Amino acid sequence: MSAQQQVLPLPGIASPVGEGYRGDHLLVAQMVERGSKVLDVGCGEGDLLQLLERRGIDGRGIELSREGVNRCVAKGLAVVQGDADTDLVNYPDDAFDYVILSQTLQATRQPKVVLENLLRIGRRAIVSFPNFGFWKMRLQLLVGGHMPRTENLPATWYDTPNIHFCTIKDFVQLCREINVKMERAVALDVHGRPLRLNAPWWFWNMFGEQGVFLLSRAEKGR
Amino acid sequence: MVKVQSITSPAIHHEDRAHEADHPSSLVASFGADQPLQLDCGVALAPFQIAYQTYGRLNAAKSNAILVFHALTGDQHVANIHPVTGKPGWWETMVGPGRPLDTDRYFIICSNVIGGCMGSTGPASTNPSTSKVWGLDFPVITIPDMVRAQAMLIDRLGIDTLFCVVGGSMGGMQALQWTAAYPERVFSALAVACSTRHSAQNIAFHELGRQAVMADPDWRGGRYFEHGSDPHRGLGVARMAAHITYLSDAALHRKFGRRMQDRELPTFSFDADFQVESYLRYQGSSFVERFDANSYLYLTRAMDYFDIAADHDGVLAEAFRDIKTRYCVVSFTSDWLFPTSEARAIVHALNASSARVSFAEIETDKGHDAFLLDVPEFFEISRAFLHSAGVARGLNGFGK
Repeated sequence: MSAQQQVLPLPGIASPVGEGYRGDHLLVAQMVERGSKVLDVGCGEGDLLQLLERRGIDGRGIELSREGVNRCVAKGLAVVQGDADTDLVNYPDDAFDYVILSQTLQATRQPKVVLENLLRIGRRAIVSFPNFGFWKMRLQLLVGGHMPRTENLPATWYDTPNIHFCTIKDFVQLCREINVKMERAVALDVHGRPLRLNAPWWFWNMFGEQGVFLLSRAEKGR
Repeated sequence: MVKVQSITSPAIHHEDRAHEADHPSSLVASFGADQPLQLDCGVALAPFQIAYQTYGRLNAAKSNAILVFHALTGDQHVANIHPVTGKPGWWETMVGPGRPLDTDRYFIICSNVIGGCMGSTGPASTNPSTSKVWGLDFPVITIPDMVRAQAMLIDRLGIDTLFCVVGGSMGGMQALQWTAAYPERVFSALAVACSTRHSAQNIAFHELGRQAVMADPDWRGGRYFEHGSDPHRGLGVARMAAHITYLSDAALHRKFGRRMQDRELPTFSFDADFQVESYLRYQGSSFVERFDANSYLYLTRAMDYFDIAADHDGVLAEAFRDIKTRYCVVSFTSDWLFPTSEARAIVHALNASSARVSFAEIETDKGHDAFLLDVPEFFEISRAFLHSAGVARGLNGFGK
């Protein structure tokens, strides 16, 4: 990673280190236009939603775990208990400007259906996921001969909620398959800092610890 | 001979209760012949009165008013000693200084529902045209009727917009009905352990209760006041059956198990050998001291008829179309009377209307009654929801 790829403070946000926000959250927040309406699917304890609300964005959340939901509601956030796999169908078309799926895609039963639902409910979708093609993953499997575990994905194979891992390359392939337009794509390193923008896909797929994609519906007939 | 023991007679005579029905120990708003209450059944009820209590102070902008709704057998005495039973208010855990419904911050209003027996006009009140107790001559009322009456009370108090409407069970139904009927008058709504429609199972339990009342020979076709009788046995049985539905298998087992009541061996009789029997009998007999049997028939009926979607061509989301109200819906894991699936149906409809909604399911084995009990997680969520609504409303003293 070259020296000029320093993380710059995002507009309207103080130093990310000082505020303690996660790198991918800051990046996602930067992708969302002010004044828009956002649904965060798998919002955890609401950290991203709080960041978005501070930026004047009307945020709603869905979270699977009861503890997560209750903590969000206790923070005054508009969060409901629900499952990305089964509950997205209950949302009407075009209900949101953005639907965010942050570090959750790999834990869904039907990632393709979920992705299609995101872009039905929202005009745009922002999806971030751990890159299984990250070199540390590859190395552990190749040399260690065991299922990879990292600081960000510490669960063992038998108790992980992550059942559908993919690489950045796989995800790009899926987007093409279901005719989704990739408006912006960023790979982040282990510290949540963006990799070089003009790097080729193979470089991102090897050195990106996670991918963040801003997606929209491809125009019809294409 | 086998010993038989039934529910004991109420300690407080029904004349005292009847007095409370016409002359309540609380504030009263009277509406004359010129201000009838238009009921869903077609009757214009006039004159009528609403008995209510308030706690805290209404601010100058009149923007901090919270309307609290009581459940089926509750009343307006939320946070004060009950005038008939002498017991504490039914929601003192929620309402008071420093409580989630903080009387230092909010102005809390709670009225006895129309059809009730604690001072708002109902079947136990005196019919002014006959000077006799209404009894079954009282028109059948609905949840929307109760809400319409409350709106008249809120008008009388000079309040335009309520900061929040709050209720559990039948109270939650009223909260939801308020937002559907007067969306622009409700800034936020906290609907707990409730539903937008009464299920077949719940109607069935209510029918069981009503039949128990009507099977009591002392009910006398609803004219027990005139005969000087009191169907306390029937009403007690109705309460016992209903009370089981408010608890859970786990809670009953935890509280009583198979433990015996003041004895070690079975008496080989129909006496209350088990603690759970003794408890239920106590619940039945203490209830009949303070509640009117006909009122029980009317209020259970109102819940049975409740179905918000039915008023909107069966599409629940239409009832909340483009609504600006902020909602918080809460359910409890062991509540089988208003299970989480009912709360989810509300949430789905609100999502489809793109309303701002929070929904939490709270883990507890306390059953439906959990909303009335000490459940810290419920208090925490209620407090936080009201606080965030207070910030959004710009209430004084609510920092960002």
